[in-house]
Amino acid sequence: MSTNMAKSNQYDNEDTVKQKTLQYAARLGDDSLILGHRLSEWTSNGPFLEEDIAMGNVALDYVGRARMFYTYAAELAGNGKTEDDFAYLRDERQFQNYLLLELPRGDFAFTIVRQLFVDVYNDYFLTELKNSNDPEIAAIATKSHKETRYHLRRTRDWTLRLGIGTDESKAKMTKALNDIWGYTHELFEPDALEIELIELGVAVDPRLFKEKWLHDVQTIIHEAELEMPDADWAVRGGRNGFHTEHLSMLLTVMQSVHRAHPGASW
Amino acid sequence: MNSSLNELEQAFQAKIDAEQKIEPKDWMPAKYRQNLVRQVSQHGHSEVIGMQPEGNWITRAPSLRRKAVLLAKVQDEAGHGLYLYSATETLGTPRADLIEALQTGKAKYASIFNYPTQTWGDIGAIGWLVDGAAICNQVSLQRTSYGPYARSMIRICKEESFHQRQGYQIMVELAKGTPEQKQMAQDSLNRFYWPALMMFGPHDSKSAHSAQSMKWKIKRETNDDLRQKFIDQTVPQIEFLGLEHPDKELVWNEERGHYDSGEIDWEEFNSVINGNGHCNRQRISHHVAAHEEGLWVREAQHAYNVKMKARRASTAA
Repeated sequence: MSTNMAKSNQYDNEDTVKQKTLQYAARLGDDSLILGHRLSEWTSNGPFLEEDIAMGNVALDYVGRARMFYTYAAELAGNGKTEDDFAYLRDERQFQNYLLLELPRGDFAFTIVRQLFVDVYNDYFLTELKNSNDPEIAAIATKSHKETRYHLRRTRDWTLRLGIGTDESKAKMTKALNDIWGYTHELFEPDALEIELIELGVAVDPRLFKEKWLHDVQTIIHEAELEMPDADWAVRGGRNGFHTEHLSMLLTVMQSVHRAHPGASW
Repeated sequence: MNSSLNELEQAFQAKIDAEQKIEPKDWMPAKYRQNLVRQVSQHGHSEVIGMQPEGNWITRAPSLRRKAVLLAKVQDEAGHGLYLYSATETLGTPRADLIEALQTGKAKYASIFNYPTQTWGDIGAIGWLVDGAAICNQVSLQRTSYGPYARSMIRICKEESFHQRQGYQIMVELAKGTPEQKQMAQDSLNRFYWPALMMFGPHDSKSAHSAQSMKWKIKRETNDDLRQKFIDQTVPQIEFLGLEHPDKELVWNEERGHYDSGEIDWEEFNSVINGNGHCNRQRISHHVAAHEEGLWVREAQHAYNVKMKARRASTAA
């Protein structure tokens, strides 16, 4: 795909950028949808009613974000496809979300730790994405960033409560930190497609804020009287469609009704 | 003593007759309080337990738009549960007691949620029929005599009408869709129509709480009147969908200006209430499991608050 960049024909180049931007938008849609789906699994399972509502809010924000990214991807595809084609008619290997987001919802500590890593990440990521020279992507980032800032406040509060609360909650948080840590590395490793789009000013370079992310996460974890995880393993592959076993199960459930009625509208 | 109690009761009834609201700090007969706690908490539990059959389809909603709308709807139900639990708390019953009563079976919830949601069509039928029946009841409860209950009903009604529309929209899409979709809509209508009629409770002649509740204006319209309203409003909605009406005895009665309908299967009603529904045990054990799983979170939150308070106190000292 990188050889395309060398083509001299301006229209071909525009087409190539468009194709790559489409794929980038679909990836960001995948990230949002898969995490939103996991969060939606908390419905009627929260520790108390107020948390059912709060978790539902965050899930809704992510599903909404997925719809915006997919709708833009569909618009770029320009072949009559819709947001639902992206969500329901692609297979497991075509999804390119980060692995971290597809892991089963786990217990409340697992969910809070995942949100902590994601919210701090998105706070920086979306701040940068607002400056994308693709105006559609920048607009989605602007709307999403407001939501993420609220998510982060809530997640930080919960991290403190659970870290400082009881021995049991501290143990659960410690376990979650160690179980999840190895999935965070790939968030900072753009692939060839993303590097090209970074150079074109469309995509965000997450390498630039890795240190800040680490610093913020560390500050909150220490404030919560928890230890930084020392896990030295790392699992990667989401952007290449190299997923854990959990994603295909998630998609089987999510796509079941839509696929049982080809071409139907809902 | 007795005469002063009598005077209090008379003044209380006079206030109700004059359409004035009773507020939490006002004197009220113990039975009025009891009756309200029973009704409002039952209503709150219905919202909370109702999250399960609908939540069952959030992960499988067939389009992203439907997923977002259903998620928002179920989230609203949690909110309604909260308003109603809060209204019950103003009567002196804390939330922990309410939850215990639900989990031990002392308090009831709408028996319709003991029916399973088997297909996507059921999500349409629940929004349309179950929320539709609930709205008939709730609209009249906006004028209920207890202030906090009446005010929460006003807010809830606004959201419920959005819920009913989302359910009916699902049915419209199914009914005008493929033959399989239309069949799905018909099947869901067939299964949920009668249980929706049962939601209004027993006939007035057989209703244990009706007469006193009407006098105290906790209830404003009788079970049968509300049910009739629902039957009448549902007929043109079924016609618009082009579906068959599940009640084969339904006929317009010119004289009454209402539809006459077939008799509800009260044996089924009683049987499901008494534990023979598909989901009675599932609903409660799901609630208990989530509540128990959340215990460590609630304990941690409490411990955190205590620690922070102590730390603030020691810094201040």
